[in-house]
Amino acid sequence: MTVSSTMLDGAQDAPSARAAAAVGQASNSIRFDSVTVAYRGTVVLDHLTLEVQPGEILALIGPSGSGKTTALRAVAGFVRPASGRIHIGDVEVTHLPPYARGIGMVVQNYALFPHMRVTENVSFGLRAQGASRDLIADRVRECLRIVGMESYAHRYPRELSGGQQQRVAIARALAIQPRVLLLDEPLSALDAQIRRSMVEELARLHRDLPDLTVLYVTHDQSEALTLADSIAVMRDGRLHAHGPTGPLYQTPPNRFAAEFLGRANLLPVVVEEAGYISPMAQVRIGGLVLSATPNRSLDKGTQALLCVRPHALSLSPRPDHDNVLPTTVREVLWQGDQHVVTVEVAGTVLRVVSPPLRQPPAIGSTLDLHFAAADASLLPDEDHP
Amino acid sequence: MTQAVDGRPLPRALPGGATLWVVPPLLVVAALFAYPLALILRQALTGDGDAASLDHFAAVLGTRAFRSALANTVEIALAATAGCLAVGLALALLLSFVPFPGSGAVARLVDTFIALPTFLVTLAFTFLYGSAGMVNAGLVDVFHLAAPPVDFLYSPWGVILAEVTVYCPFVMRPLMAAFSLIDRAQIEVASSLGARPGRIIRQVILPAALPALLAGGSLCLLLTVNEFGIVLFIGAKGVITLPLLIYDKAIQEFDYTAACVIAVINVALSLTLFSLYRLAVGKLGGRHAAVV
Repeated sequence: MTVSSTMLDGAQDAPSARAAAAVGQASNSIRFDSVTVAYRGTVVLDHLTLEVQPGEILALIGPSGSGKTTALRAVAGFVRPASGRIHIGDVEVTHLPPYARGIGMVVQNYALFPHMRVTENVSFGLRAQGASRDLIADRVRECLRIVGMESYAHRYPRELSGGQQQRVAIARALAIQPRVLLLDEPLSALDAQIRRSMVEELARLHRDLPDLTVLYVTHDQSEALTLADSIAVMRDGRLHAHGPTGPLYQTPPNRFAAEFLGRANLLPVVVEEAGYISPMAQVRIGGLVLSATPNRSLDKGTQALLCVRPHALSLSPRPDHDNVLPTTVREVLWQGDQHVVTVEVAGTVLRVVSPPLRQPPAIGSTLDLHFAAADASLLPDEDHP
Repeated sequence: MTQAVDGRPLPRALPGGATLWVVPPLLVVAALFAYPLALILRQALTGDGDAASLDHFAAVLGTRAFRSALANTVEIALAATAGCLAVGLALALLLSFVPFPGSGAVARLVDTFIALPTFLVTLAFTFLYGSAGMVNAGLVDVFHLAAPPVDFLYSPWGVILAEVTVYCPFVMRPLMAAFSLIDRAQIEVASSLGARPGRIIRQVILPAALPALLAGGSLCLLLTVNEFGIVLFIGAKGVITLPLLIYDKAIQEFDYTAACVIAVINVALSLTLFSLYRLAVGKLGGRHAAVV
């Protein structure tokens, strides 16, 4: 899936230029300034302040009812904030109608127009913007080529599979050369295998269109981790965590973010040294002292949670492993390409994901777990503030 | 034979051969519809004699009264159907896509017109727009006029307005049902792509609702072609339609043969319209399979 220069250079062509003019030429960032949305008095988005950088994929994740889709719909113009402002680029769009915002949008159920063929679906936005016939033909051909659907141009949506329909929906959104692309759980209607393939295609698409800013709403953390440059975690209408994907995964700022963004082992510990003196933080669990990344300033004696991802725990030592944790095996599950070992330490259950083991540990046996201080971070223990 | 999971045959829903169950409804239809229709057709072909011929048809078709009634029937039916389509579509769009407080109550209020007898609406029109109705009385009082200024009720326009009022729910309801099936995300995506409301209605909503529009319009056309009560009650001057002509011939002139000839033509007209409707829906069914 490659993109020709017409897609990259044609942003100022007539139809898209008119739409883009409404949202500013200089930048394609998305900015929420303390945006609040309420339905009949119930606040569903609570003072959201967030910025999606130009060319960035930001994944907005959270459980149902967390406000992530509402945030996306506010950018699209389908819900009007009770307060706050939304900017696309340099222009405030809070009160602009959806058709004047110059955005592309792909939704969960594709929302293709059932009575239109693939070409008519893809050209819809260009026709709405009054593009010339030649430009429409070129752009439709180009967009269908990008998503690998040229040979399906004359089919109706009902004659396509779910994955193909989603590709057409993406081509339709890209055809107007939006500065901002909104993806609302675009893969959740697909089966697991096609979803994995589509995630890879979306990643490739963004490599080919690096200027495109994408707001990607999903509840699937693996999609977010694969695609996003940064992730914002929502809960109950509020932003709970936001940051670049890697650091946010490695050192989540709170328990909710740690547990929602992948599996996390959270071990209650007491802070011995927060990292002011030594390069590593030191924490104690029972009589055992462990090293961790000094990612936050915590006073000595503070109760905290040590966050270690399941795959960071190893059953055998490596040179970079600073910590050894004696545990008791509670359960061993073989899942084909991996073993999942559940262990217990000081009353806390931990999960270990390991490559397939030739000799899995026996249930009830003692097992030493090894992990690097760099893979362990500290979280505030909200139960013991 | 349908097999259960464990291999045993499932019991039949009804005993006896499937074709046998067609007989009772066929008998009912024959007794209530086909037999009286056959009697009318026989009277139209034979008159008071025994030999069947088309002479009676030729005689009736040649009269000015019949041609005038046919023209009135078609004109009023087409105009009323167009009015029903326009008003029904506007109301359905408004109630479905521009929700406002009380929109549900308005929809139910419009629905009640279906439940009311047609003469009641006509009676209400008489009280409103008749020469001594509220509108005329008010205008005469306010402007000290010598004669009532509103004088359309007893013209074809009065019949058309009454029929639009009575039959527009037959367009509105199927349209609202069709609109409720349209994925709102399609409308939102169309809007995000730069389409304004007019384009969305033309290119997204109406194509999806075309079968419903056709169904409602055809139903209106059928009902207005055969409308009797409104035309009779308004008693519009010079507005004689085919049903009214049948009534005149049969009840006032006792010319049953002419009445039967006109009735046969009226039925043929209705069945032709119905066939055209089925044909249109059948043709569109393929392209609009998502909503048919």
